[in-house]
Amino acid sequence: MSAKTILIVGGGISGITTAVEAAEVGYHTVLVEKNPYLGGRVAQLNKYFPKLCPPYCGLEMNFRRIKTNPKITVYTSTEVESVSGQEGNYSVRLKVNPRYVNEKCTSCNACAEACPVERPNEFNFGMDKTKAAYLPHVLSYPMRYVIDRNACKDQSCDKCVKACAYNAIDLGMKPRTVEMHVGSIVYATGWNPYDAARMDNLGYGRFRNVITNMMMERLASPNGPTGGKFLRPSDNREVKKVVFVQCAGSRDENHLNYCSAICCMASLKQATYIRERIPDAKVTIAYIDLRAPGKYEEFLEKVKADANIRMVKGKVAKIEEDAATGDLLLEFEDVEGGGKIHERADMAVLATGMDSSVKDNAMLSFEENGFINGGKAAGIYSTGVAKRPSDVTTSIQDATGMALKSIQSLVRS
Amino acid sequence: MADDKKIGVYLCTDCGIGEALNVDELEAVAKKEFKVPVCKKHPFLCSTEGVQVIKDDLNSGEVNKIVIAACSQRVNTEVFNFDPLTYVTERVNLREQVVWVAPKGEEGKEGSQLMAADYLRMGITRLQKSEVPVPKIADVNRTVLVVGGGVTGLTAALEASQAGYRVVLVEKASELGGWAKKMHRVFPTRPPFAELEEPTIGAKIDAVRNDRNITVHTGTTIASVDGGPGEYTVTVDKNGANETFEAGSIVLAAGWKPYNASKLGHLGYGKYRNVVTNLEFEENVNKANGKVSRPSDGKPARNVVFMQCAGQRDKDHVPYCSSVCCNVSLKQAKYVRESDPDAGAFIVYKDMRTVGLYENFYKSAQDDEGIFLTKGEILGIREESDGSLIVEIDNQLLGRKMNIKADMLVLATGMVSNMVPDEMAVNNLTPEYIGKIVQKETSDGVIEALEPESLILNLKYRQGPEMPHLKWGFPDSHFICFPYETRRTGIYSAGAVRHPMDAVQSTADATGAALKAIQCMELTAQGRAVHPRTWDRTYPEIRFESCTQCRRCTVECPFGAYNEKADGTPLEFPSRCRRCGVCMGACPQRVISFKDYSVDMISSMVKSIEVPDEGTFIIGFVCENDAYPAFDMVGLQRVGMKTNFRFIPLRCLGGLNLVWIADALSRGVDGILLLGCKYGDDYQCHYVKGSQMANERLGKVQETLDRLMLEAERVEQVQLAINEWDKLPGILDAFAKKIEDIGDNPYKGF
Repeated sequence: MSAKTILIVGGGISGITTAVEAAEVGYHTVLVEKNPYLGGRVAQLNKYFPKLCPPYCGLEMNFRRIKTNPKITVYTSTEVESVSGQEGNYSVRLKVNPRYVNEKCTSCNACAEACPVERPNEFNFGMDKTKAAYLPHVLSYPMRYVIDRNACKDQSCDKCVKACAYNAIDLGMKPRTVEMHVGSIVYATGWNPYDAARMDNLGYGRFRNVITNMMMERLASPNGPTGGKFLRPSDNREVKKVVFVQCAGSRDENHLNYCSAICCMASLKQATYIRERIPDAKVTIAYIDLRAPGKYEEFLEKVKADANIRMVKGKVAKIEEDAATGDLLLEFEDVEGGGKIHERADMAVLATGMDSSVKDNAMLSFEENGFINGGKAAGIYSTGVAKRPSDVTTSIQDATGMALKSIQSLVRS
Repeated sequence: MADDKKIGVYLCTDCGIGEALNVDELEAVAKKEFKVPVCKKHPFLCSTEGVQVIKDDLNSGEVNKIVIAACSQRVNTEVFNFDPLTYVTERVNLREQVVWVAPKGEEGKEGSQLMAADYLRMGITRLQKSEVPVPKIADVNRTVLVVGGGVTGLTAALEASQAGYRVVLVEKASELGGWAKKMHRVFPTRPPFAELEEPTIGAKIDAVRNDRNITVHTGTTIASVDGGPGEYTVTVDKNGANETFEAGSIVLAAGWKPYNASKLGHLGYGKYRNVVTNLEFEENVNKANGKVSRPSDGKPARNVVFMQCAGQRDKDHVPYCSSVCCNVSLKQAKYVRESDPDAGAFIVYKDMRTVGLYENFYKSAQDDEGIFLTKGEILGIREESDGSLIVEIDNQLLGRKMNIKADMLVLATGMVSNMVPDEMAVNNLTPEYIGKIVQKETSDGVIEALEPESLILNLKYRQGPEMPHLKWGFPDSHFICFPYETRRTGIYSAGAVRHPMDAVQSTADATGAALKAIQCMELTAQGRAVHPRTWDRTYPEIRFESCTQCRRCTVECPFGAYNEKADGTPLEFPSRCRRCGVCMGACPQRVISFKDYSVDMISSMVKSIEVPDEGTFIIGFVCENDAYPAFDMVGLQRVGMKTNFRFIPLRCLGGLNLVWIADALSRGVDGILLLGCKYGDDYQCHYVKGSQMANERLGKVQETLDRLMLEAERVEQVQLAINEWDKLPGILDAFAKKIEDIGDNPYKGF
């Protein structure tokens, strides 16, 4: 007999969409996420383009759909260990990594208050710290704390355990294995920002005021490391001049051989963040092509209308630092005007592209850039950015379709 | 039946509630004021033992309505989940919205206590007025109607069929395939993205023709669609003969048409014979089996200029980018090169938009020495005596003007949604409903009114025959998070009718739309709402005897759920309803209610609040989807707030009924704050128009205030996004300050 359950690997917006949409048709879905929370990359975004609306709004509604639908089972801090079988009957083994906090947690924060050590906050790309006992972010689902055992300096320390009034902390928690049968599998494993340090000429990692576009999202967020203020990392001074470096690693044979589809719109959006908050700030966007496809053109026009935002067709060749001030000195070509432009800026934002996060999996077929075409066998699908670089709405569109494809696998077998 | 209401109140003392509040006093509120039969305290209510206490009372029959006075309804939702068709559960948020936002220091303790007591009163009152939903289980027809037989429609039909559903596909042309059938080649869909591919549309048409689940009507248009999800009655016009059938949901895949190139005279179209559109070029090449020749004399075209964005990204023509034309021109440049290896193609663009992996396709063209690409603009064009063209361009890469002698100029004209009538300009459509502004004679004199056009679906809906559009004729409503949602429940748009897109994306889009169409039928069959309230099995019920035929509900429903009977009373189609409650808020007679949500219920909740005799006191009506979670996040971060306000969550702020404002003010409440989502072009309302409707209603509240002789400033709407929790304390303080300046409500204490 075939299994009437769909496994979705990856709890970002694509995976959430496939899981919720299929469950609302009436099928059981299992959503597996390796982070201790759902939401993936969109949870880290301040606003979506072009509406400039908060991703939390749609996430909250999706979480509500999950919470009220008994057909959806969510596993966080969980990875897929093995898959075998065929369409209609795949055997899956999941490894649930210890969270060290059980379902008794009331998110009261007492453990974090008691915890003596700090760790870099990866949710904010290391720009601030959390305690080793922490809540990933304010809209976390599940709303439950996590303990980063690697950050505990003294493994015998049990201050958090003592502080917890609910017996919610178990420092001896071990990984556990969950086995199940599913009829079809959808990989929605998403993306990682391309490693900006690989572009030597752009100074990321050497100059503190060179940041990535994803770091910019966190800086802009009210729950980010600066509470939404644009303070440059070197001296916490508010920025007055920012340059956006488009195609940082994308459309580049030495790095990503493709266009990441979202970075033009992301930088246009981030230019509005700065301009909204700092009335006299100036922004330059250095681009190869301005890719605002479809209806997004209107947003490009809106941003272009701002006299303080300048767009220059040309690739940034090099970024240097004025060590005395921490200011950045950028050199880029001016394709239309001819010659080179030199600009001094408080901060440079690298529009780094999207790199497929899963690149090696015997069950999957990859295209040559590392994106997942689908499974080698029937009944396994890919969706979202794991499949192709795309924006949020295109990912959701595809993820909705993959809900149907995965249902067809169950119907067929 | 009052006897059936056995309310149990469960007070949790955990998470600091027990320390911050006097729970015995809260118990007294439940027992003495409301005389609830069961009221229990528990030190850890969300634990297995705590939940068991509740379950025991349910199982023994002592309780059938549950008040959980503990944490936010947004957490432990799965823990406090009791069969919603047997029990009504109400969550009173003592933790996030009372204890965790308590003012710092002891002085706040009494304020928090009063706050907690009021929230408990409101929670119990809500339950007293709530009933268990009785779902409207419909006998649902599970056939998907697909409108359009192009690549999108064909895909939607096949995908729905492969999930086991019946499909009726209606295509107005005499054959299937749409534009895809006219393509000579399609651009590459897989790595290395260098070689053009053979079209696969023929195989898709055959698959549809051979699928027993799919009925195809070609040469057919939709004469009318009546009813709602699960029970549409569709009448089609097949060469003049009508045929009627039932359907459960609809995929609108009506596709696109090219922008009218006759408006591009400045680019030589219509003036010079060798200026053609990209679509004309494609059809000619297809007919000539790959040979590229000039229309004027049929001679081989050895030099072809492609003008990108012809009439696009242009506020006077098509304001948006059609997103496919860069790839189309690269493909057609390859035709030129394949037709004659010595021929050259020259592409003049604004920006090359080969998004994503298509970058590799762009690169393969750049590697071809016979394809020239430049950023630039056309400055002028003239025709030589032999029919050749001299195209003057501003080459913005070289920074100079240049003349190109060309055999042909191909204009990359864009895509316009088939929702846009031929005679209308896409950049100048009427808002919301596509139609014409007409002068109408009414009892108030001649007024300007919008007359919506019949275009494709011919819906028998009171609000008009077609789907509202967001912009430029694209009929969607939530294009980022929920791209398939439209304002006509059960009708999902897909493909280029809703957004310019290529065939690959249309195929993916069609699959998603088919899923939504299937999902709608399955949810409707259970008497559930579709997106977003799929958990909801209530529906609006109308006390017709008190209806005054004012038509507010039929006009204001964002989803067109009501038609009108001949006498003007609403004709309900519950399966079209999204359960937002906008109609309930609109109704001046208060005749619309849900089993667990009504005007009387919220009125009673307002009246259950003990308004203090002294100090500024505020009631907030807040959107439960965005403002309410924002407030929870204030609590989560332990931001101390004043205690002089009470929040009442609404399914949507659009459900706001003005009587609640009168109720609150007449009881001495000093100010009323409405917290709803952003409205306008970039609205964030999950129900599209809810927060805007609330704001429009607010315009009418003046009358109420005048009657009470109160200042209009006592009622204010603030647009608050879910991530603006940091602004919330400031908003409340500023409002309280404003009210203080106005002074106490003179009704206070009466």
